[in-house]
Amino acid sequence: MNAPTPSTSHYPAAPTAQRAETHTLSVLVDNEPGVLARVIGLFSGRGYNIESLTVSETEHQKHLSLITVVTTGTPMVIEQIKNQLDRLVPVHRVVDMTLNGNAIERELAMVKVRGKGEHRVEALRLADAFRARVIDASTESFVFEITGKSDKIDQFVELMLPLGLVEVSRTGIVAIARGPEGM
Amino acid sequence: MTREMTGAEMVIEALADQGVKHIFGYPGGAVLPIYDAIFAQKKVQHVLVRHEQGAVHAAEGYARSTGKVGCVLVTSGPGATNAVTGLTDALMDSIPIVCITGQVPTHLIGNDAFQECDTVGITRPCTKHNYLVKSIADLPRVLHEAFHIAASGRPGPVVVDIPKDIQFAKGIYSKPKDFPHSGYRPKLKGDINKIKQAIDLMAHAKRPLFYTGGGVVNSGQAASDLLRELVKLTGYPITSTLMGLGAFPSADKQWLGMLGMHGTLEANMAMHDCDVMICIGARFDDRITGRLDAFSPGSKKIHVDIDPSSINKNVKADVPIIGDCAHVLEDMVRLWRTSAHHPDKKALGEWWKQIDRWRARKSLAYRPSNDKIKPQYAIQRLYELTKDRDTYITTEVGQHQMWAAQFYGFQEPRRWMTSGGLGTMGYGLPASVGVQMAHPKSLVIDIAGEASVLMTMQEISTAVQYRLPVKIFILNNQYMGMVRQWQELLHGGRYSESYSEALPDFVKLAEAYHAHGIRCEKPGDLDHAIKEMIGVDKPVLFDCVVDPAENCFPMIPSGRAHNEMLLGDAAEKLEDAITEEGKVMV
Repeated sequence: MNAPTPSTSHYPAAPTAQRAETHTLSVLVDNEPGVLARVIGLFSGRGYNIESLTVSETEHQKHLSLITVVTTGTPMVIEQIKNQLDRLVPVHRVVDMTLNGNAIERELAMVKVRGKGEHRVEALRLADAFRARVIDASTESFVFEITGKSDKIDQFVELMLPLGLVEVSRTGIVAIARGPEGM
Repeated sequence: MTREMTGAEMVIEALADQGVKHIFGYPGGAVLPIYDAIFAQKKVQHVLVRHEQGAVHAAEGYARSTGKVGCVLVTSGPGATNAVTGLTDALMDSIPIVCITGQVPTHLIGNDAFQECDTVGITRPCTKHNYLVKSIADLPRVLHEAFHIAASGRPGPVVVDIPKDIQFAKGIYSKPKDFPHSGYRPKLKGDINKIKQAIDLMAHAKRPLFYTGGGVVNSGQAASDLLRELVKLTGYPITSTLMGLGAFPSADKQWLGMLGMHGTLEANMAMHDCDVMICIGARFDDRITGRLDAFSPGSKKIHVDIDPSSINKNVKADVPIIGDCAHVLEDMVRLWRTSAHHPDKKALGEWWKQIDRWRARKSLAYRPSNDKIKPQYAIQRLYELTKDRDTYITTEVGQHQMWAAQFYGFQEPRRWMTSGGLGTMGYGLPASVGVQMAHPKSLVIDIAGEASVLMTMQEISTAVQYRLPVKIFILNNQYMGMVRQWQELLHGGRYSESYSEALPDFVKLAEAYHAHGIRCEKPGDLDHAIKEMIGVDKPVLFDCVVDPAENCFPMIPSGRAHNEMLLGDAAEKLEDAITEEGKVMV
C-alpha cells in the first residue's frame, strides 16, 4: 500500500508516536555508593524521561533506600524501564504504583511569598483554604508548608504568583500502596 | 583458606580460588603491588598484551571459546579508559569478564591525581556491574561477587577498581559462602505453564521456524545438545543470528543459514512468512528485524530469554518465557515427547517445499573469477582446507565478517568468536590470542579485513612473545569494504575516505614482528598458500589480495522488510526482487 520512502540510514525508521502514559515506580535498592547514579544513568543512557525523583534511606539497619520515580512513556517503554531497573544488581524490587492502581501519592512543597497589606492577608487566607502551614514569617514574608497531590501544589503556587511568590522548593512525589500489604 | 595477606595477594588468591589460569593485562603505577603478587606465584599466568583494548578482547576470546570467565588486569587512568571499548563489546555480546583496574590511593581520589580517572563512573554504563573497593575488609567478598555476577544469568563484564593503598593494606582473606545481593537472583527455570503453551503452539504450527541466538551458546553445551534434539524431534527449520552460529550444525539439512541483514534468502523469507516463531536466546536486534512494522507480520512469537528486559523490547512476544535456554529447552524436549499433538505433516511438507524454492534461488551465489580472488571463494577454500581440523575462527568487523558467517560452516558451539553487538573493528586479532592461549594445540584463525586488523595490529607482538601460532587471514580489498558497499549502494558512489591509500606491506610487517608473512594474489595459488599457512608453527599474517569491488549479498537495505532483500547478480532473479526505488539506490 504505502511504500516507505527509501531510507539511507543504517537503522530502521523511528516508530510512529504512540500514546504516552505517566507511571510512578517505587524502586527498593541497597543503600550503597553509586546506586542513584546507576538509576539516573540508566534513564539518561536509554533516553527515558524522569518527571520527578525522590530518594532516601528507609531502613537503616538493612541499608535499604527507596527511590520513587515518575516517568512517562508508551506501555512498551514503561515495561522496558521496569525490566531494565530490575536488572541492576543493587535493585531489590521495582513496583509500578500506577499499574497497581491503589497507591497514594503525595508531595511536599515550601513556598516563599513576599508582600504587604492586602496581598499578605490574601496569601494567608488562601493558605488556610489549602491547609498550608506557616513555618516561617517576617513582617513582609511567609514561608508556607503544603502537602498533597502535585496538582494541588501546582494550583496553590499559581495562586501565590500574583501575591508576591518568591520561590518554591518541592520534594517530588513519594508513593505508598493502600491497605495492609507492604511492597 | 582464611589468613592474613595484602590486598594485592588477595587478588591473586581469589583468582586462583576461582580456577583462573590466565589473566590478560598491562602493568602501570597503580597496579604494581598486584604485579608483585603475580611475580611471586605460579598459579595464575599473566599474558602481557600491547594495549588494554587487546587485553579485554583476548579475555573475550578466551571466555567465549571455553565458557569460563575471562580476566583482565589494567592500571588506572588510561589503562582503564583503553579497556572501555572491550568492556562495551563484552556487555553487548554477553561475555563474562572480570576486569581489575588499579586506582590512585583512596586519599587522592577526586584530586585529579596522576593517571586518575573516574573508572566506576566511566564504566558504569558499559559493565553489568562495577565496584570501587574502599576498604580492605570488602575486597575478598567483592572479588568473588564479581565472578558470580559476570558468569551467572545473562553474562557480562564486571569491573573491580582497587586503589593502590588497598592493594598494600593487610586484611583477612576468606572465600565467602553466600551472595548478599538479594535483588540479584537470575531465574533459570522457565514458567512451566508458559512452556506448555509454547509446546501447544508449536504442535499446531503450519509454518514453524526456530530462530536462535547467542544465548544458546552462552547457556552451555547442554543447551546446544537439547536444541539439536528438539529441532530433530520436531523436524522444523532453523535459522540463527550471527552470535548463535555453531549451536546448530550448518551441515544439517534443517539449517537455513544465518538470518538478518546479510542472511540467506531462505532464512529471511521463512522469518517473514512463518506462523510460529520459536526464538531461543536471541534479542530481535535491528540487524535481524529490518523494518519493525513489517517484521514477520503473521506469526505467533515464542521468546525464551534469561534477561526479562530482552522480552518485548523491540517485538511483542505472544509467549514470553524467562529462563535459561538449557533449562527451558530441557522442559520443551520433555513436553514435546509426551505431547498428544503431532505436527500437521501435510502443512509441514508444503512449508519445506516453499523453503526449497527459496533455497533454489542460491542467494549466496557469486561470480567466480580466474584471475581475481573472490573473497567468498577465499573463505570457501579456507573452510574446505580446515574443516577436518580442530579449528576456532575469530573475525574483525565488516564484509569479511559477513562472508565468514555465510561461507564458513560451523558445526559446534564456541568455535566462532565475532563482535556482533558493538561491531568492534580490531576485535579479531586479540581475540585469537585469547583463544589460542586457551587452546594451545588448536588451529586458530582470525578472518580479517586489512582496515580492521590495523586497529589492533600490535597484538601480533603478543602472539609472537607467547609463541601462539594464530593465523591472521586478511581479505585485503584496500577498502573499508562495508563502508564502500554502503557508499556504493546508498550514498551515490561517493567513496568518501573509505580507501586506504598507504597500506603496509603485510609480508614485511609480519617479518618485522618476527612472524611469518604470506601473500596470495591468484585464485590458483590459494590452496597451496593456505596449506603453507596451516603448516607454519608461528603467527602468520596472510595477505589475501581479493577483488576490491565485491559486495556482500544478500542484503536487506535499510528500512526494508525481510521480503525486500537485494540479491547479488549471480543469484537466480525474482522479477520484482528489486523495486524501482531499489534500482535507484543500486
